[in-house]
Amino acid sequence: MTDVALKPILREPTAWDRLKVNRGWLSAWFMLPAAAFLILFLAYPLILGIWISFTDARIGRGGVFVGLENYEWLWDDTVFWLSVFNTLLYTVVASVFKFAVGLYLAILLNQHMPFKAIIRAIVLIPFIVPTVLSAIAFWWIFDTQFSIISWSLRKLHLISTNIDFLGDFWNARWSVIFANIWRGVPFVAITLLAGLQTVPPSLYEAATIDGASRWQMFRFITYPLLTPIIAVVMTFSVLFTFTDFQLIWAMTRGGPVNATHLMATLSYQRAILGGYLGEGSAIATAMIPFLLAAIMISWFGLQRRKWQQGESND
Amino acid sequence: MTDALVPKVADPKTVLTGSSPTADHTEGMSYLETLPRRLVTLYLPLGIICLILLFPFYWMALTSIKPDEQLLALDKFNPFWTPTPTFKHIQKLLFETNYPQWLWNTMMVAIAATILSILASVLAAYAIVRLRYRGAQWVGAAIFLAYLVPPSILFIPLSTVVFQYGLFDTPFALILTYPTILIPFSTWLLMGYFKTIPFELEECALIDGASRWQILMKIVLPLAVPGLISAFIFCFTLCWNEFIYALTFISSNQNKTVPVAIVMEFTDGDIYRWGSLMAGALVGSLPLVVLYAFFVEHYVSAMTGAVKE
Repeated sequence: MTDVALKPILREPTAWDRLKVNRGWLSAWFMLPAAAFLILFLAYPLILGIWISFTDARIGRGGVFVGLENYEWLWDDTVFWLSVFNTLLYTVVASVFKFAVGLYLAILLNQHMPFKAIIRAIVLIPFIVPTVLSAIAFWWIFDTQFSIISWSLRKLHLISTNIDFLGDFWNARWSVIFANIWRGVPFVAITLLAGLQTVPPSLYEAATIDGASRWQMFRFITYPLLTPIIAVVMTFSVLFTFTDFQLIWAMTRGGPVNATHLMATLSYQRAILGGYLGEGSAIATAMIPFLLAAIMISWFGLQRRKWQQGESND
Repeated sequence: MTDALVPKVADPKTVLTGSSPTADHTEGMSYLETLPRRLVTLYLPLGIICLILLFPFYWMALTSIKPDEQLLALDKFNPFWTPTPTFKHIQKLLFETNYPQWLWNTMMVAIAATILSILASVLAAYAIVRLRYRGAQWVGAAIFLAYLVPPSILFIPLSTVVFQYGLFDTPFALILTYPTILIPFSTWLLMGYFKTIPFELEECALIDGASRWQILMKIVLPLAVPGLISAFIFCFTLCWNEFIYALTFISSNQNKTVPVAIVMEFTDGDIYRWGSLMAGALVGSLPLVVLYAFFVEHYVSAMTGAVKE
């Protein structure tokens, strides 16, 4: 009697039953969609891009292998080196200011004040609005003839003629850097604010009793405890500033006379507008060593965080 | 003491409202400061920064409702205000250009790419966090690295791939390439959420004979709804924001997305273009700002989740 009742339950598990609970088999199916996308549209193009940079491909025809010719050509190209200089200047200046202003803003926002939530929400708006659209607004603000900044400064009798924001070499560089800082500060500020809130207030209370100054409290409490999150946030910030394309393309398209061309915009111009896919790819590939350096910093930043929290590196 | 150091970033709700993890008195030591001092060290700098952060939007909105003759005659009219607002620019935008079509394209592409990415990410994140197959941690690290690969170095090879697959100048070119940006981000975010769901729940369900699929659908996903919303709206925002792929893969006017169309179609030599240009930028930003107003906390949690772990 019992034998009969239990028989269907205690039957020998078939291969299919085993497979259904096999983790490797299940995982393969769960990973399939994401893996398909990332391999087809990310890993493959990444390798293809490096390959194209060694060919003389043009739009509409595949290229043949030409070795390092594209790179040799770029080595002697002053516009390329100008774009490298611009990219480094843009990244370094914008990141330093984004960090300084973002940290300052985070510390301000961390204080107790009325309408805190609304103020914090407002601060993030420049990050939400599409970059191109706010860049277009900056283009209008920096207009040669009708700039509101020039007009205001003229009314205050600080300048006598309009500032040529986007027509002059260095003015154009500072203008796009300013727009980039404007867009990047909210991200840095809000993420650092999230880090600041985890600093226990008892540390500041103890420091106050010990007679520490505000600077000492920042230097010896806030900054050390914030270092891990600063490392990650700034890596992201540097990475996305270095590879920026849309802000420049909307505001100056690399002009005047290549003064604001970044490596990304130059590679777009050479590859898509000029049709020289090989050369454009070589410029894009030349960005990879810089990105790897940024990723390494991020990686060691992460390691250090786990070590600080006493976790194992899983 | 060490316990207090464990959370890496604060809970998204407190990022917006709290100042520190003290429950009893949120004012902390701020009673030590006098009002005049706070005015100079807090409200003044904060006011200036907020003013700079918001001014471009004010200027954008103002320009889009100013009549043409006031736009350029800065000396004749007060440029910071307009007594006679007009909807001419917005009307022109909506009825005389392809703008509604571009908005529709952007919306469709963003929604389709987001849904595809979330589906793929949920499965991948669950497998990495909970199935813990061999090498799962390496796959997790690889996904983090994929997150760091910028579109600016991928668009040239991707354009040849898109061309080979016959997707050039179709919405599918964007719907299938945007997930490369979105999947790494949302998988990373969802992994964080899934980790917080107790193992015991799944173990109970396994003993009761539930399959992995049933566990995912009936236990894990309902508990991870806040994470799904965060991932969804952040992915949607990233899609709306995307520029370089849309610029490279789309050539015909009626397939363009809003950011590309504004840059390519409106920036002709007309000196009176500013009104319609700013109206286009304003209308293109509004959907995201409205979405943001409703889901502030989820945005913050997506942002802090992206840098967490």
